Amino acid sequence: MTPEEHIGLALRALPTPPMGWVEAAKELPAARRELETILERIERDAQLRERAVADLEAMLRSEGVEPTPVIVAHLRRRLES
Amino acid sequence: MDAATDAELVARCRGGDETAWDELVDRYARYVYAIAARVYRLGPEDAEDVFQEVFARVFERLETLRDDDALRPWIAQTARNCCVDSLRRAGREIAVEDVPEDADEGLDRLDEALTVHAALERLPADCREILDRFFRRDESYRTISADLDLPAGTVASRIARCLTRLRDALETGRNPPPPASGEKVAERR
Repeated sequence: MTPEEHIGLALRALPTPPMGWVEAAKELPAARRELETILERIERDAQLRERAVADLEAMLRSEGVEPTPVIVAHLRRRLES
Repeated sequence: MDAATDAELVARCRGGDETAWDELVDRYARYVYAIAARVYRLGPEDAEDVFQEVFARVFERLETLRDDDALRPWIAQTARNCCVDSLRRAGREIAVEDVPEDADEGLDRLDEALTVHAALERLPADCREILDRFFRRDESYRTISADLDLPAGTVASRIARCLTRLRDALETGRNPPPPASGEKVAERR
């Protein structure tokens, strides 16, 4: 195999992930800010905390936050800690 | 302009520079995806979960990275851990024999591929585009020829020339050699 063929194989070895996945990962800083905001509110508002514990996804939706798997998993960890 | 090193990207991310985070995701998205989908052979849904979880962990734990130059092995290890967790969640008992036997070999290949991709990003735009189309998007000579309004023979010769430049860039390190006399390297679009 020539060096160029070897390079060609290397270029093919890394497939392109779906664009939506990449965009979602890029939105993490914004999602983090949103998370911190909602967590602050949960700490101040016992009723909101009850709703979060009862049905986290529904609470997020009602507060205008998209309950992505990353946000939900992170919030669950923080609520349980 | 040279691309930022991993250490520079990490430092900028820590400083709250969201464009640096975008660059980091762009740099490692293919790598993480390939680890999940090709090395650990996860299905699309599990691969997506792993992909997002890896970047979430990287984002959350960037402060804990001891050596900023070790971003790549750290991401690789994080991805491996997430893949194994995913296999476990799928209800499989994970023993050594359940992890694909060629996982280490597969990761080595991806490391090498990532180095090649990083060198590609340092080539002139016309080379990046034609190599991206041919190798990464798997477009045919005919498609490339039509899209770029080039004769098919020119497509073939340009791919060969750009591969040579990429090989040289890999051999000489960070900076690709200057264009040969008369070589057209202007941005096409």
